Amino acid sequence: MIHREEAKSAKVVVKEAEGGGFASPFPASRSLFLRGSFLLPALLFLGIFFFYPLLRILALSLDASVLTSENLNRALYVLRFTLYQALLSTLLTFLLGFPAAVLFARFDFRGKSLLRALTAIPFMLPTVVVAAGFNALLGPRGWLNLTLFPSSPVPFVGTLTAILIAHVFYNTTIVIRIVGNALTHLDPRLEQAARVLGADSRRVWREVTLPLLRGPMLAAGLLVFLFDFASFGVILLLGGPQFSTLEVEIYIQALQFLDLPMAALLSLIQLSCTLIFSVLYSRVVTRASVPITPKPSIARRPESLREKVFVASLLFLLSSFFILPLLSLPLRSLARLEADRGERGAMQYGLTGDYYTELFINRRGSIFYVPPIEAARNSLVYAAATVGLSLVLGFPVASTLARPGRLERILDPLLMLPLGASAVTLGLGFIVAFNRLLASPWLVPLAHTIIALPFVIRALQPAIASIPDRLRHAAATLGASHFRVWRTVDWPILSRAILAAATFAFTVSLGEFGAATLLTRPDNPTLPVAISRFLSQPGGLNYGQAMAMSTILMLVTLIGILLIEKLRLPGAGEF
Amino acid sequence: MKRILLLALVLLAACAPQTPTLEAVVVPDATPTVAAAAPVSTPATLTVMTHDSFAISESVLAAFEQANNIDVTFLAGGDTGSALNKAILSKDAPLADVFYGVDNTFLSRALEAGIFEPYESPMLANVSAEFRLDPQNRALPVDYGDVCINYDKAFFAKNDIPIPTTLGDLIRPEYYGLLAVENPATSSPGLAFLLATVAHFGPENYIGYWKELRANGLVVVNDWETAYYTNFSASSGHGPQPMVVSYATSPAAEVIYADHPLDEAPTASILGPDTCFRQIEFVGILAGTGNRAAAEKFVDFMLSLPFQEDVPLQMFVLPVDEQAILPDSFYQFIEFPSQPATLSPDDIAANRERWIEEWTQAVLR
Repeated sequence: MIHREEAKSAKVVVKEAEGGGFASPFPASRSLFLRGSFLLPALLFLGIFFFYPLLRILALSLDASVLTSENLNRALYVLRFTLYQALLSTLLTFLLGFPAAVLFARFDFRGKSLLRALTAIPFMLPTVVVAAGFNALLGPRGWLNLTLFPSSPVPFVGTLTAILIAHVFYNTTIVIRIVGNALTHLDPRLEQAARVLGADSRRVWREVTLPLLRGPMLAAGLLVFLFDFASFGVILLLGGPQFSTLEVEIYIQALQFLDLPMAALLSLIQLSCTLIFSVLYSRVVTRASVPITPKPSIARRPESLREKVFVASLLFLLSSFFILPLLSLPLRSLARLEADRGERGAMQYGLTGDYYTELFINRRGSIFYVPPIEAARNSLVYAAATVGLSLVLGFPVASTLARPGRLERILDPLLMLPLGASAVTLGLGFIVAFNRLLASPWLVPLAHTIIALPFVIRALQPAIASIPDRLRHAAATLGASHFRVWRTVDWPILSRAILAAATFAFTVSLGEFGAATLLTRPDNPTLPVAISRFLSQPGGLNYGQAMAMSTILMLVTLIGILLIEKLRLPGAGEF
Repeated sequence: MKRILLLALVLLAACAPQTPTLEAVVVPDATPTVAAAAPVSTPATLTVMTHDSFAISESVLAAFEQANNIDVTFLAGGDTGSALNKAILSKDAPLADVFYGVDNTFLSRALEAGIFEPYESPMLANVSAEFRLDPQNRALPVDYGDVCINYDKAFFAKNDIPIPTTLGDLIRPEYYGLLAVENPATSSPGLAFLLATVAHFGPENYIGYWKELRANGLVVVNDWETAYYTNFSASSGHGPQPMVVSYATSPAAEVIYADHPLDEAPTASILGPDTCFRQIEFVGILAGTGNRAAAEKFVDFMLSLPFQEDVPLQMFVLPVDEQAILPDSFYQFIEFPSQPATLSPDDIAANRERWIEEWTQAVLR
């Protein structure tokens, strides 16, 4: 693979190497008015498209009659499991994600950018597709069971293990991107100083590096936790009927029982929990920011034996964990299974391109048929609009949040709420609040932006917070113009964070299914909607086409992520 | 770098989504001679809200639009439950003129909510009374389908196990671990099958039957896609269970959408008394529409032969008009239950939550 370590070095060099004295470009001393105007667009946006519909539907459905002890007990029971699985999932995600973040931040190896991009793909895959991938690998007929335990397959689908593994699969990229990004730009002189003073590498990690990473780790932890807390598809499809989270219960109450008061009660519980976690987070995180430096990447090839073992074993783990389930989809999209029907086990594979050619044929003459290129185009247009909108709204917010005053401290947790809002509830709120507007295709990127915004803000905020003011002052003292200071000091650090944020927004939008199925018109489906259409009817051709369409979705995302990372905005270092 | 940016811009420009209003724009007819020959008036626009499974042939719809000078726009509303919620929540300012897709398990809720205006379509004359569940004709039947247990023919032939013929057979030891069903709380065929057992054993005894099914290795999953593609042995997923709750029409779909030519369906349905549950889907004119005339025409159209005969291959359900001719494959590969289970919509509406709750306690906890 291509190497990318020949990063441009930043033009500003600072001699002293102590911590402290870091500030955002928007210090709290700036007027409330100015900061308010930075927050306003995003607040207006969330106010109109998030809080307003949510309040409308909650006001319409909430009803004191649901407050029976039986209902509350049930809600409590579901809440307990929701918290339990989210906590476990988050811990496991860090167990894999943190070493992976270290790997990507500190070491260079062949195929690095491709592997990085691959770890981001799960994030956008619709749950139906991930479930199919895991099934092909670990299901009752998966090749693991067929090769290792043909007589008594080990159950996977329908277990807590399946839920946890799927959550780790989905969210490891959050840790890699947020923690890894911070680690890449951690001022290496701090660690070097500790070493010079005689600390061994364990002690440097424990007493210098880890404390410095607290902010990004908490940010990533909160995102992962909230994502798992509001988990829906994974619980439904991989966990099975034995498991129920708040989000699943809301779906059942609202859409199956049409019991909106109960659904509203559960939504309120879910929202309150999200708010509590976000408030706790913002309390601890405001004090932590990472001193970083616009230095060239410190990533290098592994040298000592220990490093080589670390890199090799992690590479093996990551590639088998991410590539195998992902690979099973393209394989299945090209393989015709000539099963000896009725024979459990034995089956033959034949290669075929039929599923792909069939995608281009409107066999039923249906008015809603969509060629794959058009579905991909719909998805890309929505994703591009989501990236643009969420960056435009998110950047000013992240800038002010980076050096929060009292106003920001209050607003900060509110901005995270979209992650914990039930998609079903919000969808119903859209219907009550916007009515005729629902026919507009622009609601899709708007809905996607609501989901993407917390990620964009959290990806940008730590980076902005850690731009050292001294660098700016030094540059200004040396005679650099205002723009030049920004261009040479802020921009190199910002551009990487912007790319990470854009990747999040892009993948969130490409893989989103719930809002797309409610808001797109049937003649304008996105890729995930098109996939689910094929999967909703029997027949080998439908199944094969679903796999082919999923493969196209994966490729589109992979190319998109690689392109975004290749963009390497001018002046940016290694990302 | 610049090139990529440029490329992205070009792509963006090329991909700008169509504005939703475009289709309402009518090109004014400039040539008076043509106008005199065939007076072209502005087509009426009609909005139809449906669930995700709705489909129609381009040619059939185009014929309707031309003949009546109506432009039809479809709004998707998610699955049946979401679509109905959408209609109910927006009933004060309806999003559409016509709503299609409420079935007999949700019918009473839709009627209670008052989302429909009555319309006694003349086309109802061709529809058998068994489908006309709303005497006031607020909801008019369009199509029906039977939810049945599909089985893997080859599995039973190869292992020399007799094919079960009744619900009672399924609790016998030779069928241990062979049946996959969907959770009635999350899946429409799952609910239909639960209702079949309620209809067959009665509301007092059905739960006892489910406890025995559970003891006999019943597999429960949340959705039809998983049940069919992950658990069912005769589907492309080649799962472990040779019996699954699906539709009576699924065997025909297996042939029509096979990935290699088949002379015979690999699956068939168990057709004993009450083993299948009949789902009927309805259309209605949304109360408060400003487009009543066009809406009536569309409802008539859905009950007319061109649409009724289009329904089987588009949605794999059956037309309510008995005169509609089914595609050959339907006669060839599908056997229909002679005695499907039914329950009155009122009965379902009154007890649905209780039955699902009881079922959950007995089967999952």
